[in-house]
Amino acid sequence: MLAYIVRRLFLTLPVMALVAVFVFLLLHLSPGDPAAIMAGENATAENIAQIRTKLGLDEPLWKQFALWVLALASGDLGQSLFWGDPVTTLIGQRAEPTISLALTTISFAVIVAITLGVTAAANPGTWIDRGVMGFAVMGFSLPVFVVGYMLIFLFAIELKWLPVQGYTRFAEGFVPWLRNLVLPSLALGMAYVALIARITRTTMLEVLSEDYIRTGKAKGVANRPLLLRHALKNAAVPIVTVVGIGVALLIGGVVITETVFNIPGIGRLVVDAISRRDYPIVQGVIMLFAGLYVLVNLLVDLSYTLFDPRIRY
Amino acid sequence: MDATAFITFARRNPTIVAGSIILLFMTVVALAAPLIAGDPRLMNPVNRLKPPSAQFWFGTDGLGRDIFSRCVYGARISLIVGVSVASASVLIGLAIGLAAGYLRWLDNYVMRVMDGLMAIPAILLAIAMVSLNRATVGIVIIAIVIPEIPRVVRLVRSVVLTTREQPYIEAAISGGSRSLKIVLRHILPSTIPPLIVQATYVTASAILIEAGLSFLGAGVPPETPTWGNMIASSRLLLARAPWTIFFPGLCLALVVLAVNLLGDGLRDRLDPRLSRRM
Repeated sequence: MLAYIVRRLFLTLPVMALVAVFVFLLLHLSPGDPAAIMAGENATAENIAQIRTKLGLDEPLWKQFALWVLALASGDLGQSLFWGDPVTTLIGQRAEPTISLALTTISFAVIVAITLGVTAAANPGTWIDRGVMGFAVMGFSLPVFVVGYMLIFLFAIELKWLPVQGYTRFAEGFVPWLRNLVLPSLALGMAYVALIARITRTTMLEVLSEDYIRTGKAKGVANRPLLLRHALKNAAVPIVTVVGIGVALLIGGVVITETVFNIPGIGRLVVDAISRRDYPIVQGVIMLFAGLYVLVNLLVDLSYTLFDPRIRY
Repeated sequence: MDATAFITFARRNPTIVAGSIILLFMTVVALAAPLIAGDPRLMNPVNRLKPPSAQFWFGTDGLGRDIFSRCVYGARISLIVGVSVASASVLIGLAIGLAAGYLRWLDNYVMRVMDGLMAIPAILLAIAMVSLNRATVGIVIIAIVIPEIPRVVRLVRSVVLTTREQPYIEAAISGGSRSLKIVLRHILPSTIPPLIVQATYVTASAILIEAGLSFLGAGVPPETPTWGNMIASSRLLLARAPWTIFFPGLCLALVVLAVNLLGDGLRDRLDPRLSRRM
């Protein structure tokens, strides 16, 4: 198992290397002088020259890439042009809101989606099933920001149950922290719930038609343990796979959700950086998110052994 | 097709018919925009933030612009981006997928590149690309096509991998057909039905990403009305004038819903194997 983990970790290296190449080329193969783009429209020749030296843009392309990758490998994402601070420090300062949002969204979405999917599969063809499937199509179709503003309008402006926007640090208390995260998690989690509920229903329907479920029923296993212990556990592998793939959806959604709800997280950091043409931040955050995606999907692969002891690494 | 045949078809495939009708309606509206809507850029401070009325069906925004006109013109961008991204990524993805699936030596390299591309969040890649170039509709389309390609490549490749093991391919090889002919005449056709389904999902995703880009201010130039930038520009007016956000949001949700309904319906018809799995 350990050997497998090590081997898989090594296999993520080429993927990350490719991401690094894309991110590097993105900036350097764009038409125009990257230094001029970063300096903005009102820059003087002096500003541009300054940025060029600061980022080493005078060096040949291969050397720039080598230096950038070497820095990356030692965990250095460069310095922000606007703030002057290391990108890793800026990301660290804004990590708490984003991690909080991601964790609340994933936990709520997974619980709700699996409940919906199992309920639908246990009652196939009924109005419950159709309702869940209808909700799933809606969940895929509603953009995060539209859901976000509708939730704000209804629950924050009209009903005044929850705060409109903003973020409260966890250290300031659990309840205020959670109150600020309810609406953003709902908005961000919508598509994720739809995705997981759909795969749960399909896989559960498949498992429920297996012989051992019939045997279980025949020997008198009650409905709940039959569904949860016998069926859901055997449906877990595809569900967990989709939970992992769906993380990409969440990462994209975080950027928009943090803008809608004015949450000072990594998503806002990168959106602000883009409007300020602060490319070291943009590159750093893309590398970070890509790394997270790769890591989550590695963990998903490893988790298969928990659900299906026949899978061994 | 006569009326009874249509009704039978609609009964059997309600989602295909519902999705197509909504999309057809939106396409007509987008094409006929100058005939049915006024100038979407006309500002009139006297008419600021008017609620929906007989004169302004969807109300007016903070600059006194007619939201109905802007929604109608906004449909153009969403539909153009959706259709162009779907066609481009399907064609490019098909070519790459056929090559990767059929040429064993190429497969590994191509798929690693696709893994790398898939690891980058689509919206971030698109924002970065748009912000580095002059934001035009063309650049927005390219910026969305690139992250969509890997999904198409993976699908095509998986179909090719199963198809090329079929006895009829072996027969064609022993009959002396050239590789190119085998791929185009015997393998390509089996990729078409799942690709049509995939194309609808790419369209839906492209429309959502375009709206996201416009919302974040990294989309087509702000003078062009899009549903995304309409919502973004009315962000602070949510409490005072909810219609400024509600109507473009509704248009967006309706179009994406229609595309998804069409896709689900087509999937059940064209690809029964996939429909059992999802």
